[in-house]
Amino acid sequence: MTCSEHKQAFQQRQQQWQELVDKACARFPERRENFATTSGIEMKRLFTPEDVEQVNYTEDIGFPGVYPFTRGVQPTMYRARFWTMRQYAGFGSAEETNKRYKYLLENGQTGLSVAFDLPTQIGYDSDFGLSEGEVGKVGVAIDTLADMEMLFDGISLDKVSTSMTINAPAAVLLAMYVAVAEKQGVAPEQLRGTIQNDVLKEYFARGTYIFPPSPSMKIITDIFAFCKDNLPNWNTISISGYHIREAGSTAVQEVAFTLADGLAYVDAAIKSGLDVDVFAKRLSFFFNVHNPFLEEVAKFRAARRLWARLMKERFGAKKPASMMLRFHTQTAGCSLTAQQPDNNVIRVTMQALAAVLGGTNSLHTNSRDEALCLPTEDSVRIALRTQQVIAYESGVADSVDPLAGSYLVESLTSKIEKQALAYIKKIDDLGGVVKAIEAGYIQNEIGDSAYAYQKAVEAKEQIIVGVNKFTIEEAPPENLLTVKAEMEVKQRQKLAQVKESRDNEAVNKVLQELKVVAEEGGNLMIPILVAVKLYASLGEVCGVLRQVFGEYQEQ
Amino acid sequence: MAKRIKVLVGKPGLDGHDRGARVVARALRDAGMEVIYTGIRQTPEQIVATAIQEDVDAVGLSCLSGAHNNLFPKVVKLLREKGAEDILVFGGGIIPDGDIAGLKEAGIKEIFRPGSSTDETIKFITDQVNQ
Repeated sequence: MTCSEHKQAFQQRQQQWQELVDKACARFPERRENFATTSGIEMKRLFTPEDVEQVNYTEDIGFPGVYPFTRGVQPTMYRARFWTMRQYAGFGSAEETNKRYKYLLENGQTGLSVAFDLPTQIGYDSDFGLSEGEVGKVGVAIDTLADMEMLFDGISLDKVSTSMTINAPAAVLLAMYVAVAEKQGVAPEQLRGTIQNDVLKEYFARGTYIFPPSPSMKIITDIFAFCKDNLPNWNTISISGYHIREAGSTAVQEVAFTLADGLAYVDAAIKSGLDVDVFAKRLSFFFNVHNPFLEEVAKFRAARRLWARLMKERFGAKKPASMMLRFHTQTAGCSLTAQQPDNNVIRVTMQALAAVLGGTNSLHTNSRDEALCLPTEDSVRIALRTQQVIAYESGVADSVDPLAGSYLVESLTSKIEKQALAYIKKIDDLGGVVKAIEAGYIQNEIGDSAYAYQKAVEAKEQIIVGVNKFTIEEAPPENLLTVKAEMEVKQRQKLAQVKESRDNEAVNKVLQELKVVAEEGGNLMIPILVAVKLYASLGEVCGVLRQVFGEYQEQ
Repeated sequence: MAKRIKVLVGKPGLDGHDRGARVVARALRDAGMEVIYTGIRQTPEQIVATAIQEDVDAVGLSCLSGAHNNLFPKVVKLLREKGAEDILVFGGGIIPDGDIAGLKEAGIKEIFRPGSSTDETIKFITDQVNQ
């Protein structure tokens, strides 16, 4: 058959099908008039080759490990090694969290991920007034190097990779990690891991900012420069869409605002004098994976392709590693229900599968009880087992990017890329991310989506099983994990003991030196490293920087 | 015509999860109420000062960090100390069932847990304020 004969045959069959559709719809009307993804992309009744006519295999899809990396960043993906199974964990004291880490490692987890409590994330010590009631609640409390030593006690830092969800005070926690490693006899160049260090999204989606944008960007690029020379295997930032999605964004907005933040960091680093092909390979990303399965798979593929193109076209990156979007994924906390919490195991399974089919490099699966409390040991084991079942039993990891070529998936991938790029251009027009945040643009876009979602749930246009349909009477759940109130008291005592036993004269001296470096615009990492080794507290170091840089006020 | 209900939606403590607070604030506004949203990282003292200054009918508190047992009762206590015990206080967030009785005893009139609809909150405030 010639090409035009093929086309004719296609149209004939399509016509036949359309007639069947009309009859079927007359007898059995479809469930909805319009089907669409959360981003408002039409979910057509049927996707066909016509929907991917504009997609060029070589240019747009290509091969894994090869630009534009649509199919993945490694040539063989999970055939060589599964994604890193990395459960975000931390609560109470360093001792309790250390026990949880050992439990997870014994159960086959392959990387650590530290959750810090809110005072730590905002640069306050446990004995500070605003910390009251928050110590050890959403993560582990770290005041000084003594806590960090306990946190990794018995865990060789040359053997594990560690991700730390820490942003505004990232320099301080990274310095503590380097100091603990040194005490273990592990050199900085052997360390593997990630600090989140993504302050921009804190201003509009997560809330643990300290300093205004300009000094925050300075601290971030200081870390880039320090790691380039000292921690070559460290991911210096994890540019995060996770929290943007949790705050209520759509999938397209998640990609757009995350990559827009990424562009701002790359821009700042280049302006500070760094070479894009030196630092960009250590940039990493962090996405959410929510319920809409196919849109999520397409989202990851679109994000990889768009980032590669932006790095090449906007910044002239030359090395493939500078253009690769490597990312961690966490299943959507906001999708978990407090009602019938065991149903969350099913949600998490589907979400995790979407992340794997989207080519994630690392994955956290949420526990079923997280809409109620911090996860218990039993719940977190089921969550880890979910990943292991997908990896070892489902077979989806045996061939690279198995959904490629699906008319629907390729069409969605292209549409998400196109719509995300339109958002990025809009942010460019507003003068960049910082200006867009100051104008409230990003917050309003996310707020509108969050509100629309809530309305859809309340109107039962969006069904949530066990919440607005298929509800049952339930007894209050039992066996919830709680952090005891005594923990906060003990943590304060521990801090007081450290402050008593250290060389306070030396601490005061180094804090003064830090202040001078901050005022003069030098790289902050070196004096911070000296300070934490002398057991200066997180609150003391951040306090000095607060004096010099001031604090950000929410718009 | 009934007086327009005025509500302060507050985020006490260090928690930055404000999706719920913002959605509730907007739903109350859409229901015809006058709403002030404090933004995140407010102390109980700041929330109480704003509530009194703005002469609100109700204060809604949101906390997802687990610090609710410290923060919510403190707001009620400070309101009482300032002679503003007539202001209705309600809350929401990740609040375990086991904590609800204690919070109610401390004077928080209702706790809205994950999955609550904004209609429930609107109805609750309207009924309580117009009582």
